[in-house]
Formats: sequence, C-alpha cells, structure tokens
Amino acid sequence: MVHQTVEIGYGGSERLTMNMGPQHPSAHGVFRAILTLEGETVVGVDAVIGYLHRCHEKLGETLTYVQYPSIASKTDYVAAMTAELAYVSAVELVGKIDVPKRAQWLRVLAAELQRVASHCLWLGTWCMDMGGALGGGATVFLYAIREREDILDLFESLTGARLLYGFHQPGGTRYDLPAGWTEQCRKTLDRVEQRLGEYEAMLEDNAFFLVRTQGVGVISRELAQEIGVSGPLLRGSGVNHDLRTAAPYSSYEAFEFRVPVETAGDCYARYRVRMVEFRESIKIARQALDGLPEGPISSRPGVKSVGQVRVPKGEGYARVEGARGEVGCYLVADGGAKPYRLKWRGASFSNLSVLPHILPGVKVADVVAIMGSVDPVFGEVDR
Amino acid sequence: MTLPPLAYHALVGFVVLNVVIGMVTYVTLLERKFAARMQSRIGPYYVGPHGLLQPIADAIKLMIKEDVVPTAADRWVYNLAPIVFLVPCVLIFATLPFAPGLGVADLNIGVLFFLAVSSLEIVGLFMGGWGSNNKYALLSAMRAVNQIISYDLPFVFAALVPVVLAGSLQMSVIVEAQRGLWFGAYPVIGWLSFIAFLVATLAAENRVPFDILEAESELVAGFRVEYSGMKFALIQLGEYAHMIGTSFLGALLFLGGWLGPGSDYVLIGAFWFLLKAMLVFLVITWVRWSFVRIRVDQILAISWKLLLPASLVLLLAAAFWVAVRGGHGA
Repeated sequence: MVHQTVEIGYGGSERLTMNMGPQHPSAHGVFRAILTLEGETVVGVDAVIGYLHRCHEKLGETLTYVQYPSIASKTDYVAAMTAELAYVSAVELVGKIDVPKRAQWLRVLAAELQRVASHCLWLGTWCMDMGGALGGGATVFLYAIREREDILDLFESLTGARLLYGFHQPGGTRYDLPAGWTEQCRKTLDRVEQRLGEYEAMLEDNAFFLVRTQGVGVISRELAQEIGVSGPLLRGSGVNHDLRTAAPYSSYEAFEFRVPVETAGDCYARYRVRMVEFRESIKIARQALDGLPEGPISSRPGVKSVGQVRVPKGEGYARVEGARGEVGCYLVADGGAKPYRLKWRGASFSNLSVLPHILPGVKVADVVAIMGSVDPVFGEVDR
Repeated sequence: MTLPPLAYHALVGFVVLNVVIGMVTYVTLLERKFAARMQSRIGPYYVGPHGLLQPIADAIKLMIKEDVVPTAADRWVYNLAPIVFLVPCVLIFATLPFAPGLGVADLNIGVLFFLAVSSLEIVGLFMGGWGSNNKYALLSAMRAVNQIISYDLPFVFAALVPVVLAGSLQMSVIVEAQRGLWFGAYPVIGWLSFIAFLVATLAAENRVPFDILEAESELVAGFRVEYSGMKFALIQLGEYAHMIGTSFLGALLFLGGWLGPGSDYVLIGAFWFLLKAMLVFLVITWVRWSFVRIRVDQILAISWKLLLPASLVLLLAAAFWVAVRGGHGA
C-alpha cells in the first residue's frame, strides 16, 4: 500500500474522516481516498492504491514474448490496444524486429479507435460522477456507451474480442481487416463524429456543467511537469507534449493531426482537450483507412502460431501515447524466449499521484469531479 | 342520505390518500419510461404489458425485503424518521382541490397550510441522516438543512405571487381568479414567478440539479443510505408524494387548476387538472435527466443571491400592481 498524506491548515477544529472507496459508486476502480473534512471542505487526503495488484510484471517474466501481449492488454483494460502496443514495441526495439508498413498502419488505426472508445467511457463516467446515476449524467453515460459499443463491435469483428484483444504481436499484427470492415468503420466514425457535436451542445450550453468544471481542480503547468503527468492532463495544463508528434512511432509521422493544448489546467480544459482528441483520432483513423498500404501484416512467418520469438540480450524502453498518457514498457532480455525483467510505466499511476496535491481545499462534490477528470484505470495503476 | 361532515371528510381523506399512493407508484413508471425515452432505452418492459405492472412488482419486492437496522444506529430516531418524513408529504394533499368541490378540505388558508406542512419534511430528513449514524448520511443531513432552509423562502415568495394577485389563500378562489388568464401566463410577473417557482420546487424536492442530499456519486445515497425494505419504500413514497404535491400546487397556482373546456363537469375538470400537474411533473423530470448536479456552495449562492431577491421583488411588484389596479384577479 502506498500512502501519501497532504494536509493544509484550516481554522476550524471539528474534523470528520470519511472514506471514499475502495468500494464507492464513483470510485473509478478501487481507489481509496481517506478524506479529512471540515464541514464540506477537504483538508486532508490520504490516497491508498494497491487493491488491484496482480503481479503483472512478474507474470511478464514467466510468459513468452508471444504469449504476453494478450496479458498486457489487461494492464489498461479500457484501452487495451495501446497497452499491447507498448509491450510489442519494447520487444521489437530490443529484438530489432522489423514491422511491415501495413502492420504499422493497422496499429495506428487500432490505437486511434481505441482512444475514441476509451474517451467515450471517460466522458460517460465523468458526467455520471457529476450528474449522478439518477440524473443528467446517466443520460450522457448511456449516449457515450452507445458509441463505445459501436467501436467495440468493430474490434469484435477484427479480433474476435470486445475488450482484451491480443491484436498486436511482435513483428506485426495478428489479424488483417476482414471483408467489409472498412465500410463499417467509416460509417461508425461518421456517426460518432456527428454525435460528438450533440454532446458538446448538451454539456457546454449548460451553465451548471460549466460551473462544476471551470476553475475546478486546477493543475498548474509547473505541478504537472513536476509530478510527471502525461496525456490529456498535461496538455490541459498548457504543455504541448504528445508522443505521437514528440517521438513518433509506428508511422505516426505520416499522419496529419493537431495536438490540442489548453492552458487553464482545470477540469474543463481537460474535457476540451479530450473532446478535440476525439475528433483528431477520428481524423487519423480515416487517414489510416484511406491510405492503408498493401503488403504483409507481419515480418515473422506463421505469426498466428505460438512460434517462439527469441530476443537477444539487451534492454530498452518503448513508449506510446495511450488514451490516458504515456504508456511505457521497460524490457530486459537475456536471450531466451521470455523477458528477464519487465517494468510498466502506467499513465494512470503518474496522473493519479497529482490528486493529493490538488484535492485539499475543494468541496466533497468536487473530489469526484476531479477524480473523474483524471480518468484513472486501476488495472494500470496497480498492475 | 347525507353523511355527517366528519365521516364525509374521513371517507374523502381515505380515498384521496389511496389515490395519491396509487399515483405515486405509477408516476415512478411514468418517470422511468420518460427517462428511458430520453436516453434511447426502453425502460421497464417485462413485468406486464410494456412494464405496466413494474411498480407493483417493485412495491412487493420492497415489502418482502429484509429490514436491516445498523447496530450503531439511534434506533428510535432511525425507525421514526421515515414516518416523520412521509406524513407531511402526504398531508399536503389535504387542501388541494382536484376539481370544484372535489377535495378533502378547501381551507381558506389552503396555500399557507401547504407551504407550512411541506417544509416539515426536513425534520424527517434530518432524523434519518442523524439516526443512521453514518458519515455519508450525516453530511447529507447537514446539506438538507442548509438547502431546505435556503429554498423554502423563495418557494414561499414565488407561491405567494398568485395569492396576492388573486387576493385569497384559498385554492379554489385562486383557481377561479384565473378564469380570464392563467397566472403562469400573466405578463412578466406571472412568467417570472412561475420560473422562480419551478426552480425553487426542484430544490425543495431535492431533484437534479439540486439533489445534493442524495448525491450518490459522493454521498452514496445520502440520508437514506442505511435504509432498506419498507422503510426505504416509505422514504421514496414520501419523496414522490411531495413531488406530485408540488406539481399539483404549480398547476393550481399558475396553470389555472381545473379550468379548461368543459370544466364545469367535475370529472372533466379533474382531468384537466391532472393533465396540467403531470406536465409540470414531466418538466421537472426532463430537467432531472439532462442536468448535472451543482455543488452545495453554488446552490446556496443561487438561492440567496439570485432567487430570494428576485422572488421578493416579484412579490412586491405583484402587490404594487394589485394596489395600482385596485382589484384582484386576472
């Protein structure tokens, strides 16, 4: 268990300790925040994580390079595609395995669809945190989940699985696009893009949504950089850093897209960043569909079998831009069929560690709004 | 044969009580179907044709559920709270006329009675929150006191505008005064006070966006987190009864009550009245399923800085207008 306590001075004397989590309707996963309250104001936060620890890194040492990608998807189960991608990128980096162009573009396509699906879930759950399961939040949640379903349908026809895919393999991808998939994908993207405008209209024209998000949970640029947050949180605090442009991988340099940056650093800025990312991801996915190169989907023959990959002695760190930020994988290989050591860098873990710094001083109701805007996935925090 | 007055009132009271409770159960179905339609779902469907028996199934389920009392609860307070909460919520129907002459008691201080009794529910809320001996419930009870005290004043002032315009506290007189023009359609004063009334109603009923008492995403379920089975059902019943009661009041004060084509017949009048009341209820539901909840400090700010002064000004304006015109009625 990791404890971190930050307290601020407060004039009053009557304090109440309240548990939020690990079982709480709005805890995204099993996060436990022991709040010290003065009336409605939070004066102290004791953040406890570790309830979902599953020995992922140790497991990585016992599974072969071919077996592990489908386990890697269980670290960040809301954006499994990018988690897998981080692992296979590390294997390819250390093993110096080439990836054919078509596989790289398929990976981009999968990653961007995954980003849309993940942001859909984030939008729904975050609004539910603020609006209640018996209120307007539930309405947004059901709308967003409907769109996510469509994308999961796409993944299902692509990989046979809806949540944890096993799509990526060292050297390429496991599956190629099935017949008719491209048209279905285009239709889905059009529909999602059109409905995004409806959500923005519903939320941004609503004064109550604005007062709940603007100026709430401000992460300053300095704090964001010091803690090491990444993804939409970092870009919401005014730092223009996106691995897809800062350190392009998997042919991202061939795509045209904009990296949204907001300077306010509050919940609303993070919301805006993600809403623009929705559209940019759709744009990238369309480009990938348009210009998908012909060729093999893997550099290794018989990639569908469990044929072993041997990685020569060495080590390396590969990172990708997941839906929540930088997902990294540090791999030490000893020349066998399994890694010697595997270390995950979960985006949610770093992002979550900003919470004890920004929660003291806010009202109880804002705790859930801020927690939701961070968008943690606990599979990735505890691993 | 004519019944003695006391027996007559007891009989009518019994009928109204049962009608109200029946309506409450079915209004939940209406709300669920309406919300489902808004959220592109179907809603209750399997119990009876189109889910028509769902409320009955829910009631039976709640009745046969285990009644859990937390060991640390203050038993007396905890057990009494649902009843203390329910009684004023049902009592408000006593002075509401459904149609000319159809009602339990058309008191000459009907509006005053309604306003006084409906604000009593806070006692039950606070007892529930305090007696549960739960931190979420306690915070919720704190919020309840804050919110209801802040919103009762604008609620009362907004409801007094039609009273001033009609020159009476008696519901039937207020309705008859709207024969020319509904007070909800009365230029400027009526429009604004109807809006103020609706907003204050949302807060007084603890509905989204003012449902900070329940606030299930932070306080789990607030003051009723420890209640189960029939006690939980009583609290739900009280909440919906209060909501329907205020919808009725809105229809009476602002939408002309039973007035409408053919309203000289009691049943047609009652039909118009119920239709208008359900429209008010659906507006409340519509707001509920499209807004996010706001924070406790923001709720208090809206009440004290905006709604209370605005409703006071409206009341004064109405009084001034009546004095200038030298007469009541639309």
